[in-house]
Amino acid sequence: MHDTSAHAVHHGVPTSFIRKHVFSLDHKVIGKQYYALALVAVVVGMVLSWIMRIHLGWNNFAIPGLHLLSSTGAPGNVLTPEYYLQLMTMHGTIMVFFVLTTAPFAAFGNFFLPIQVGAEDMPFPHFNMMSFWITFVAFLVLVSSFFVGDGPTLGGWTQYAPLSAVGAVAGPGQGLGVVLWASSIGIFCIGQLLGALNFITTTLDMRTKGMSLMRLPLSAWAWFITSIMGLTAFAVLMPACILLILDHVAGTSFFVASNLVINDQVLPHSGGSTLLWQHLFWFFGHPEVYIAIVPGLGIVSHVLITNMRRPLLSHRVIIYSMGSLAVLSYMVYGHHMFVSGMNPYSSLAFSFPTLVITIPSTIVVLIWLGSLYGSKLRINTASLFALGFISMFISGGVSGFFLAQPSIDIMLHATYFVVGHFHLVMAVAAIFGIFSGTYFWFPKMTGRMMNETLGRIHFWLSFVGTYCIFMPFHYLGIAGNVRRYQAFTDDYLIPLIPVHKFITIAALLTGLAQFIFIYNLIHSRFKGALAPDNPWEGTSLEWSTATPPPHNNFGDKMPVVYHDPYQYSVEGASTDYVMQTSPEQLKNAPDEK
Amino acid sequence: MRNRYNLAAVLSAVILVCCGALILGQKVNAAGEGKITGTVKLDGTAPHMKGIDMSKDPYCSKAHASDPGHLETVLAGQNGGLENVVLYISEGLSGGALTEVPTEVPVFNQKNCMYMPHVLAMDVNQKFKVVTSDQTAHNIHPLPNPMINVGWNQSQPPGAPAVEKSWKAAEVIPVQCNIHPWMHGWFVVVKGPYATTDANGSYTINNVPPGNYTVTAWQETYGTQMQKVTVAAGKPGTADFTFKAK
Amino acid sequence: MAKIFAVTIVLIAIGSAIPILMHTWDMPQDISTHGHLIDEQYADTMAEAGISFLVSQFLLAFFIWKFSSPKPGAKIKSFPGGAAGLVIAAFLLVGTEVLALGVFGAKAWASVYFTPPAANALPIQVQAGQFAFYFRYPGPDGTFGPLHADQISEANANFFGLDTTHDQDSKDDIVSAEMAIPVNREVHLLMHSKDLGHSFYVPELRVHQDFVPGLDLSIHFTATKVGKYEIVCTQLCGLGHYNMKAYLEVKSQEDFDSWIKQQAALQ
Repeated sequence: MHDTSAHAVHHGVPTSFIRKHVFSLDHKVIGKQYYALALVAVVVGMVLSWIMRIHLGWNNFAIPGLHLLSSTGAPGNVLTPEYYLQLMTMHGTIMVFFVLTTAPFAAFGNFFLPIQVGAEDMPFPHFNMMSFWITFVAFLVLVSSFFVGDGPTLGGWTQYAPLSAVGAVAGPGQGLGVVLWASSIGIFCIGQLLGALNFITTTLDMRTKGMSLMRLPLSAWAWFITSIMGLTAFAVLMPACILLILDHVAGTSFFVASNLVINDQVLPHSGGSTLLWQHLFWFFGHPEVYIAIVPGLGIVSHVLITNMRRPLLSHRVIIYSMGSLAVLSYMVYGHHMFVSGMNPYSSLAFSFPTLVITIPSTIVVLIWLGSLYGSKLRINTASLFALGFISMFISGGVSGFFLAQPSIDIMLHATYFVVGHFHLVMAVAAIFGIFSGTYFWFPKMTGRMMNETLGRIHFWLSFVGTYCIFMPFHYLGIAGNVRRYQAFTDDYLIPLIPVHKFITIAALLTGLAQFIFIYNLIHSRFKGALAPDNPWEGTSLEWSTATPPPHNNFGDKMPVVYHDPYQYSVEGASTDYVMQTSPEQLKNAPDEK
Repeated sequence: MRNRYNLAAVLSAVILVCCGALILGQKVNAAGEGKITGTVKLDGTAPHMKGIDMSKDPYCSKAHASDPGHLETVLAGQNGGLENVVLYISEGLSGGALTEVPTEVPVFNQKNCMYMPHVLAMDVNQKFKVVTSDQTAHNIHPLPNPMINVGWNQSQPPGAPAVEKSWKAAEVIPVQCNIHPWMHGWFVVVKGPYATTDANGSYTINNVPPGNYTVTAWQETYGTQMQKVTVAAGKPGTADFTFKAK
Repeated sequence: MAKIFAVTIVLIAIGSAIPILMHTWDMPQDISTHGHLIDEQYADTMAEAGISFLVSQFLLAFFIWKFSSPKPGAKIKSFPGGAAGLVIAAFLLVGTEVLALGVFGAKAWASVYFTPPAANALPIQVQAGQFAFYFRYPGPDGTFGPLHADQISEANANFFGLDTTHDQDSKDDIVSAEMAIPVNREVHLLMHSKDLGHSFYVPELRVHQDFVPGLDLSIHFTATKVGKYEIVCTQLCGLGHYNMKAYLEVKSQEDFDSWIKQQAALQ
């Protein structure tokens, strides 16, 4: 319980356009900037996936105008093998870093974390502004690799060494393309470290009077836990990227072993370790998966509670589960490396925590299901996407049972089963979380309501569409379909091509449906119905301030918190819901204090 | 009105320049009437050319079902004639013959997962084409010395348009396909007129103005040999070479 | 809307399960002596994961159906047992589930990785490189000659960098782009990468192992069925990754012996 007056953020209302909308110190503007960046990035990433999908279904299909992107990468508008991989790498990198990390964590977190804890702003507004603009520069650096040399790197978003470390001899994009990739990700890490620092300090030091940690909404808790993961994970990826760049520009051999021969020439490297990169990368990479999904758990809980008109069966259990996910995420990363040549005893050691991590995930799902029981569920686009998230999280989660076991991983490693698994559980689920958050918070962010009909059409097409895309991936993987192939020429893969065609059609249609969302977003931003301060009858602090919130979030008077975040349907209360700021005394409600 | 005069002036200038270029160009061609001919032979028995196992790509192995591929590092005919030897003028060239880049575009074909020809000679800055006749993708990966030329590495899927390129400086450049590691050939980039021996080992370098020259023969396994040659007006120079089998 | 949604979830869950139950797309038939342990483990996991999947989706659908249109004035009901019950259920159900999977899975894993190769196992060296596998048999002397990185030459078809003029052991080594093995005899595969990370994956053989440049690993297995199978690379290694493969021919001992003779003549 802190008196925020000691931490008051000293920046006044900006007057110039640049200070207001470009180099803004206001966490709300920065949150919107992150959202816009993620929106641009997701469109790029999705179009890339379309090109890839068309190529996988119809290998010689000429996509009109594709040569404009790269005349060497798509001669005659047909992708070359290397350009397929280059687009694939960019799809993965853009989606993981610039969509799944920025939107649920940096965008919503920036906008709502300070409001939900009852602060005027983040404690380090300049760091916050830098965080966004550094991330933006990282995006530009990454995208610039399309237009220089022989294009972006083809090494996949995991950039395994030594393919990534030996330079242009290894293939197109492996010289300058890798340097730009590693620079971009290194820069991105700096931006996220600054952001994480702000998030942690905001949560610990900026809470308003009465706002104990346990009175924080679950979304705030999710961002808090995510920022701790971000601080530790990105701090490992950044030096790894620096070492990778040094292997390119300074002739070092961190990741390149001795006596490697490419094109009949012995490489001038010696003494590096191939597996070092994999350990460093996945030490970041697995927490990164949870950086993408934990904010979704928080957002979905928050949206669902509001629409179920009841708190979850237990507030603390969800917090502890998210916390255990975060801690365990550092102990499971080796499951990406079961057949990598790591000591087979290590594989067993990594297998058990990976299996154990299903327990907190199951607890979260069971608490959601148990809380749905006997609730007064309101159906709207936000709650539909939240429920869709649960369905996706279950579907993507159960395949984890297979991949957690090294013996089964022998069959499924590096197949489409893995692709299906992580797309469902981390990509689609996280994006459903983003959609849920968008439909839920858009009124607060812009002052206008989104169109509900369009929202529901968008939901139905997305929900059915994503299942049509990603369920068949599992079947392909079970049949041994290897991922990261630009064409299926093997005898046993040729019969699977019709499945790929089906997936491609589903992906194109589902992708097109996303433009309904973008239209809704832009149209509602300017023409939507004016939003009341509390359209969903929520209880947390963001609903007790004006819509949209003023520059310092709460106007002249800082809020004082009297209750747990989710006092819905409390017996004896005067209304269906009691806001955190309501001084009404509640006899029958639990209070975490 | 003024504009129209300007246009006329520019047009006539362009026509004048074009005519001048044509006349000058003809002069250069007229200078290149002489030639150098000869044969290149191998002394001794040719080394065994290992067969190539193409089983990794069914398309390639099917194409070679009746005629297995083999290495082409030394191709000697029945009379000992050496194929794929590149001959070029290493000394004595000057002026027009040196600067004029041939307009014909040699073709480097990827057929049945082999290079046709195995050795492609060309002039500095001469355009050449890489085409594919195969239903499997190849990547064309020339490996020049990075201090001399700029390398590239580019795939050609089945049916892809030809890749048109040229080299900035004289160099012997190995080229390979990584997808089919046995596919290995050469781009021999020289300055001035050149020729490549046929299956009998004979060659003719055209467009050599009369004068005294040094001709160099390059063979991928045996290296280079040089000979002095004189070309007189109306009388071709001759230079025969013999490489010793190792 | 909520009821349609609930039905959709049920339909998707059932629809997703049908191809699994019908074995529309299945793992290829196992041809190894150790594979049945992996297959059993896979089947057990599929049963447990499948039941978890269906039960959770059905519960989600059922609760959406049931609680989305409450009567006016309805009261919130609590799930019997509450949070504590659910947490205990999660620990008991999923805990035992994953413990069982972990323990039995470890057994399957151990059968692959923690057993030494038999003394009479046939040694074969495989070298991975952009974008092909090459295989080396030690020849009559039973010994592999040393590799010389600086002598590797694809241009001259010396894929292993063997020096047959100086190294006595290399003289009778047999190099092939195809991998032939005798049926029912253990193979000890020595894995070497000449350039980058690659992988050796034969689904039928239930074998999958990455190549680590600078670190020579080995695996061993026994094939039990004569036939022709594909070896594919699963570790992204560059533009030709999709076409990095080789054929595995499991032959009878006689056929294998004559194949080896044939190959020796071709060297």
